Amino acid sequence: MALKLPFVPPKPPPIEKMKKDITQSEAWKSIFRHSYQDNQRNRALQIVDNVFLHLHPVRVPRHATNYSFTWGMGGITFLLFIHLTVTGIILMFWYRPTEAFAFQDMKALMNDVAFGPLLRNLHRWAAHAMVITVMLHMFRVFLTGSYKPPRQFNWGVGVILLLLTFLLSFTGYLLPWDQLSIWAVTVGTNMARSVPLQGSEGPFSNYLGLRPDNDIRFILLGGTQVGEPTLLRFYVGHCIFLPFIAATLMAVHFWRVRKDGGISGPVLNTKASEGAKYIAEKMATKRIAQIKSIPANGNGAAKPAAPAKAPAAPKPAAAPAATPTAGAAPTAPPPPGGAKAPPPWLKK
Amino acid sequence: MSDGLHNFWLILSKPDNVPIVLMIVLVLFYCWLAYKQARRNDRLGIYEATQSDKVQVWPYLVKIEFLVTIIVLIVLTVWAITINAPLEEAANPTLTPNPSKAPWYFLGLQEMLVYFDPWIAGVMLPTFIIIGLILVPYIDPNPKGNGYYTFKERPFAIATFAIGFLILWVLLIVLGTFMRGPGWYYFWPWEYWDTHRVVALTNVDIWEGLLGIPSKNVDGSFNLLQVALGGVLVIGFLVVLPMWIWKKYKEQSAVLKQMGALKYAMTAVLFLMMVGLPIKMFLRLAFNIKYIWVFGVGHDLFFNI
Repeated sequence: MALKLPFVPPKPPPIEKMKKDITQSEAWKSIFRHSYQDNQRNRALQIVDNVFLHLHPVRVPRHATNYSFTWGMGGITFLLFIHLTVTGIILMFWYRPTEAFAFQDMKALMNDVAFGPLLRNLHRWAAHAMVITVMLHMFRVFLTGSYKPPRQFNWGVGVILLLLTFLLSFTGYLLPWDQLSIWAVTVGTNMARSVPLQGSEGPFSNYLGLRPDNDIRFILLGGTQVGEPTLLRFYVGHCIFLPFIAATLMAVHFWRVRKDGGISGPVLNTKASEGAKYIAEKMATKRIAQIKSIPANGNGAAKPAAPAKAPAAPKPAAAPAATPTAGAAPTAPPPPGGAKAPPPWLKK
Repeated sequence: MSDGLHNFWLILSKPDNVPIVLMIVLVLFYCWLAYKQARRNDRLGIYEATQSDKVQVWPYLVKIEFLVTIIVLIVLTVWAITINAPLEEAANPTLTPNPSKAPWYFLGLQEMLVYFDPWIAGVMLPTFIIIGLILVPYIDPNPKGNGYYTFKERPFAIATFAIGFLILWVLLIVLGTFMRGPGWYYFWPWEYWDTHRVVALTNVDIWEGLLGIPSKNVDGSFNLLQVALGGVLVIGFLVVLPMWIWKKYKEQSAVLKQMGALKYAMTAVLFLMMVGLPIKMFLRLAFNIKYIWVFGVGHDLFFNI
């Protein structure tokens, strides 16, 4: 009989140990400050320890995650701004803002550069989309009254950002240097002629000696008509000046959102902390008010079914509704104590 | 007719006009979404938060942001693959296209040029829009409706802003883009954009039309009776009317008392100027009224309103 040797399995590679060695290493720990285990602490650290995510607070009210409430338009606008910055930087490699080259570079971009049209289309459509999302963001903020105290100042910053979005889009409109762009910009900048006290055709221009070659439009265009100096001005404005101001104001805007108490929302009613129950109670109170307004008692027995039904129906709903809603809903009628006389305007 | 509709389709499907179509769809959708929530809140009378609980941003908010980012980028990519950005002929300062139009988001402002002089329509009114928007939080005395959708609690504010945004901004953009053809004439969708169309300008100033009082005398000076009548109408509308309302109602109205004279004056003037635009548009489009008040000081300050 052969000696029965115990089965010795091959030694597994020391994965656990390797993993431990890596995750405990100095380099790893210097990059990742916390483990990825799913617990509340790590979820908080995930936000706090990340320079991009720490734009957010660690926790937000539940309605901040409700798309119907926020429409996500502010966030989408920011996303589009980043997207426009990235695509814009790549486009700058292919573009020279001079009369001789601008249009040629556009032609080359659309015909010769790999993924050139895609790049340009992404930039242009995102720019148009950003104008729309900014307007919708403002519309949402107005409809929810979110500009009210303490957020008045941030609304003003937002209005300036809206204006900057228009200006960014408008300055970019000129850069292709085709018929569409110079005439759109000509029409737009013609308005500068009429600025009071500053334009050559505006009020008081004669007294101030304003001419087409020394008024505000001249400063804006760098000439008496849209030309090469305009192209350079709009290019620098579009690529450096306006994005710089916009980014600065966006920092202010986001910072103020946090400092003004985060996303706006209804004032919390502590008595109504259980949402679904609260809504049910509210609806029940409403229903009772409606039923009570039906002349149930005393007004003859024209409909025998009605008086029998009326007191029976509200009872189950009324019982839980009566106590907690009493303080929570100032507009609701007092909790049903018993049969009440119908309001006078219903007695006909 | 079919020529015109074909023409309209060409304008509608111009690459740069696609965003306007997108805007109309989005604006309608979000109006419906806001209306739904406002109606729900107003019917139930729920203006307090119903949930005290907070959720952690990671993952509950970041997850949504991630999803929205992906969706937006997909939409943009599909849009960028299917529709090319326009690139017309090289810039030619000697060849003016007809019509010459500003970028689409300024076409509401360009449309206003039809009704007022450039320094009013192109400079003062946009400035007032910006200033008025910034002032909104400071002149709105209503503490209610902060942080939730409602109509019942602030009907005036919501109605004013909705009319301003939907009609005076979005609708005017649509009008300026799709209905204004060569010579900035009005074209119905079924009409062909005829570059040679000439419409006899029969616009008259209101007092000439109503009472036969010309705006200017034969020697070119302003007709003083017209200046007086127009001044009464315009100043009466912008100044006297709000002052009269203030005098009459400041004691009874809690809102006016709360606002005080300064906030009330700013609100009233901004509101009346906003209302004045559609009134003037109506007078022009329906009765061919050119100006209500023709008046000037010196060589270059003209109140042609």
